Amino acid sequence: MLMSTLQQNHSEHIDSETGKLGMWIFLFTELFLFGGLFLVYAVFRAKYSEDFHTAADELNTFIGTLNTVFLLVSSMTVAMSVTAIQKNNRKLALFLVLVTLVLAGLFMMNKYFEWSHKFEYNLYPGSEVLKNLPRGELLFFGLYYMMTGLHALHVFIGMILLSINIVKIGKGTVNQQHYLMLENSGLYWHLVDLIWIFLFPLLYLIT
Amino acid sequence: MKNEGVHISSYSSHGIVLTVLLALTTLSVMVTDWHLGAFSVSIALLIASIKVSTVITYFMHVKFESLFLKLLIAGVFVIYALVIIITFIDYFLR
Amino acid sequence: MSNSETGSHVSYLEYKGKYKGILSWLLTTDHKKIGLLYLYSVVVFFFVAAILGVLMRIELIAPGETIMGPQTYNGMFTIHGIIMIFVIVIPALPAIFGNFFLPIMIGAKDVAFPKLNLFSYYLYLIGAIFGVLSQFIGGGAPDTGWTFYVPYSAESSTNVIYALVAAFILGFSSILTGLNFIVTMHRMRAPGMGWFRMPLFPWSLYATAWIQVLATPIVGITLLMVIAERVVGIGFFDPKLGGDPVLFQHLFWIYSHPAVYIMILPGMGIVTEIFPTFSQKPVFGYTAILFSSLAIAFVGYFVWGHHMFTAGISYGSRWFFSFLTFIVAIPSAIKVFNWISTMYGGSIDLKPPLLYAISFIFLFMIGGFTGLTLGAVAANVQVHDTSFVVAHFHYIIFGGMGFAFFAGIHYWYPKMFGRMYSNKLANIAWGINFAGFNLLYFPQFVIGLQGMPRRYFDYLPQFQTGHVLSTIGAFVLFTGLVLMVFNLVYHARRGAIAPSNPWHGVTLEWLIPSPPSHENFDVIPEIKTQPYLFGNKSDNKSN
Repeated sequence: MLMSTLQQNHSEHIDSETGKLGMWIFLFTELFLFGGLFLVYAVFRAKYSEDFHTAADELNTFIGTLNTVFLLVSSMTVAMSVTAIQKNNRKLALFLVLVTLVLAGLFMMNKYFEWSHKFEYNLYPGSEVLKNLPRGELLFFGLYYMMTGLHALHVFIGMILLSINIVKIGKGTVNQQHYLMLENSGLYWHLVDLIWIFLFPLLYLIT
Repeated sequence: MKNEGVHISSYSSHGIVLTVLLALTTLSVMVTDWHLGAFSVSIALLIASIKVSTVITYFMHVKFESLFLKLLIAGVFVIYALVIIITFIDYFLR
Repeated sequence: MSNSETGSHVSYLEYKGKYKGILSWLLTTDHKKIGLLYLYSVVVFFFVAAILGVLMRIELIAPGETIMGPQTYNGMFTIHGIIMIFVIVIPALPAIFGNFFLPIMIGAKDVAFPKLNLFSYYLYLIGAIFGVLSQFIGGGAPDTGWTFYVPYSAESSTNVIYALVAAFILGFSSILTGLNFIVTMHRMRAPGMGWFRMPLFPWSLYATAWIQVLATPIVGITLLMVIAERVVGIGFFDPKLGGDPVLFQHLFWIYSHPAVYIMILPGMGIVTEIFPTFSQKPVFGYTAILFSSLAIAFVGYFVWGHHMFTAGISYGSRWFFSFLTFIVAIPSAIKVFNWISTMYGGSIDLKPPLLYAISFIFLFMIGGFTGLTLGAVAANVQVHDTSFVVAHFHYIIFGGMGFAFFAGIHYWYPKMFGRMYSNKLANIAWGINFAGFNLLYFPQFVIGLQGMPRRYFDYLPQFQTGHVLSTIGAFVLFTGLVLMVFNLVYHARRGAIAPSNPWHGVTLEWLIPSPPSHENFDVIPEIKTQPYLFGNKSDNKSN
C-alpha cells in the first residue's frame, strides 16, 4: 500500500486512486437512487403489462434511439478525452470534451421536444387526460416522467462537470500529471449513459 | 506522479467498443419487432446488461482496475438484484 | 518517541490555521473539530427531542386530554421520531466519534476528503433546520409519524414536504460521511496496519459506512416519490390510481431497517474498545467480532419485511423475513458472548465507561430478545403497533446505541478535551439514568402486551398504572441526563488535566497527547503487531 505518499494528502491534489474510489462509491449511491424507481417500474410492469405496452406506443422510438446513440457516442468521446490528456494532447482532450458536451446538449434538446409534445396532448402527471387513462397507463407515464426527469437532471449536472473540465483543461489545471477531475467526471458521465441504457428498452421498446 | 504503470486505453479500442454498443442497440430495436411475447423483456434486459458491462469494462476502465473494484461492482449489482427478487417474493405470491 | 510528549505540542483546539475565531470552527476541515461541531449540534437537538418526549409522557399520564389534543400529540410523536432518528441516532456515532477517532485509530492525519467532511456537516445542519422549520410553517407540524406511511402522508394537510426534504438532505449527509470513511479506511491506514490489524471500532464504522452508502439512496428516492404523490398525484402508492401503498412500505423499510444497523454497529464498536481497556486484556474473538459486524450489515439488508407482517404481504414473504430476522440475531449474540469473555479473567476497573458498557449489554439484550418476539410472525400479530414495539426499539436504540454513546463520551472525553470529569458525578448520573430508563420503558412492554396501542394520545383506564410509572421514569431519566451532561460540560474547562493515557488503553489514540495536536501524529506510527496487546500475560492468549 502506498501509505507514505498518502499521508501527504493535505495539498490541493487528492491522490488519484483515493479520488477514484470515492467517485465509484458515489456512483453506487446513484445506482441505488435510480434503483428505487426501477423497482417500482418492475412491480407495475408485472401487474399491468398490457397497459404498459399500450402506453409505450405513445413514445417515439426513433427519438429514443437517437438519444441512445448520442449518449453512447458521448461516452466514447469522454473516454477518449482521458486518453488524450494521458498522452498530453491538450487540444484533442479539449475538443473531445466539447463534443461530449454538444452531444449532451442534443440529448437535452430531444428530451425537451419529447416532453413538450406530450404536454400538448395533456399527457403529464396530474392532468385530467392522464387521470382518465387505464391505471397501468397512468402509472407508466408517471414512471416515464420521473425516471427520464431524474435522468435529465443528472445529464444537466454532467454538463456542468464537463464545462468545468473544459475551463480547467484550457487553463492547464487539468493536465497529464493531474487529471483526476476529468477522469471522475468521465465516470459520472458513463453512469448517466448506463442509466439510459436500461431506461431505453424499458420505456421505449416494450412489445 | 501517477502515470508510471497506468494503463492508457487506445483511441481505437474505444472506437471498437462504440461500434459494438451501436450494434447491440440496433439489435435491441430490431428484436422488438419480432413478437416474442413474454421473452421480449428478458432479451431486452439481457442486451442492456451486455451493453452496461461493456461500458463498465472498457469506457470506465474497470478491466484494468484492481480485483477489489471488480468484485465490489459485481457485489453491488448482486445486492440490488437480491432486493428486487425479495420484493417479488411478496408480489408474485400474494 | 515524540508522539506522546504532552509538553511542546499545540492542541487542535488552540491551533492557529488559516482562519481565526469563529471562522476557525465554521470553516474547519479538521476532522476533530468537525466531530465536535456534530457533538454540540447533536446534544442540542437531542434535548429538544427529549423534551418533546417528556411532554408526550406528561400527556399520557392520564387518559383523555391532559395537556394537548390529538392533533398536537400526533405532531409531537412525528417530530420526536424525525429528530431522534434522522438527526440524532443515525448520524451521531459515525459523525462524532467516527470523525474524531477513525483517522487517529488508523494512524492517519485526517479523513480522505476533509472538505467533503465539512460539507456533510452543513448538509446535516440544513436538514435539521428544515425539520425544525416544518413545525412552524403554513399547514402545521407534520402528523404522519416519522415513517411517513401513505396514503396519509400524501393526503395530510400538514407540512409533510418540509419533513421529507429534511430527511432527504440528512440522508445525503449520511451518504457522504459513509463514502468518506470507506475511502479513508482503504487508503489511509498507517504503514503496517493491514486490515486484520485495524481495531474493531474502525471495523464497525466500515460495516456501517457500506450500509450508509448502499441503503440511504433508496429512502431518498422514496421520499421524492411521496413528494411527487403530494404535488402531482403520480399514483405509485395510490390505489385509486392503480398504485400500491404497501410498495411504499417495502421501499421505506428497505432503507430503514438497515438504518437501525447504522445506529447500533458503531455503538457495538465503541463498547468493543472499552471492554479490553477496562479489563486490561485483549478482545476475545477479534475475528469473530469483525465478521459478525460484516454479517449484521449484510444480512440486515434483507429483513425489512418484518415491519410489514400485518400489512398484507404474501405468506411466502412473511416466512422469508421472519426466518432471516432470526438469522441476523446470531452475530449479535456472538458479540455479546465475546464481550463477556473479554472481561472474564481480566483486571476489571469499573470506571464510568465500563459501567455504561456493561449496562449497554443488559439493555441491548432486552431489546434484542423482544426483537425476536416481534420477529416471530404469530407473536407479531399480537404486539404490532402496540407499546411493546415502542419499548423494544427504545431499549435497542436508546439502551443500546444511546448507552454506547454515553460510554463513548465518558471513554474518550479526556482525549477530546484534555480534562477529566468527576467520576463520582458520572456514577451517580449513571445510576439515575439506568433506573430512570428501565422505569420509563419496561412498563411499556407490559401494557403493550395487554393491548395499549402506540401513537395514541388516549387510552383505556386499565393501562394507566403502567403509564404513570413510565412518566415518572421519564422525569427520573431526564434528571440523570441533565446531571450527566452537566458533569461533562462543567469539567471541560475546569476538570483536572488529563494525561495522554488515563485508562491504560493500547489503541493509537492513547499514544498521542490529550488533546491531540492538529495533525494528530508528529510521526506517523508504523504498526508491527495486532491490536489489543497489553504487555501482560494475557497477550499470549489473544488471537
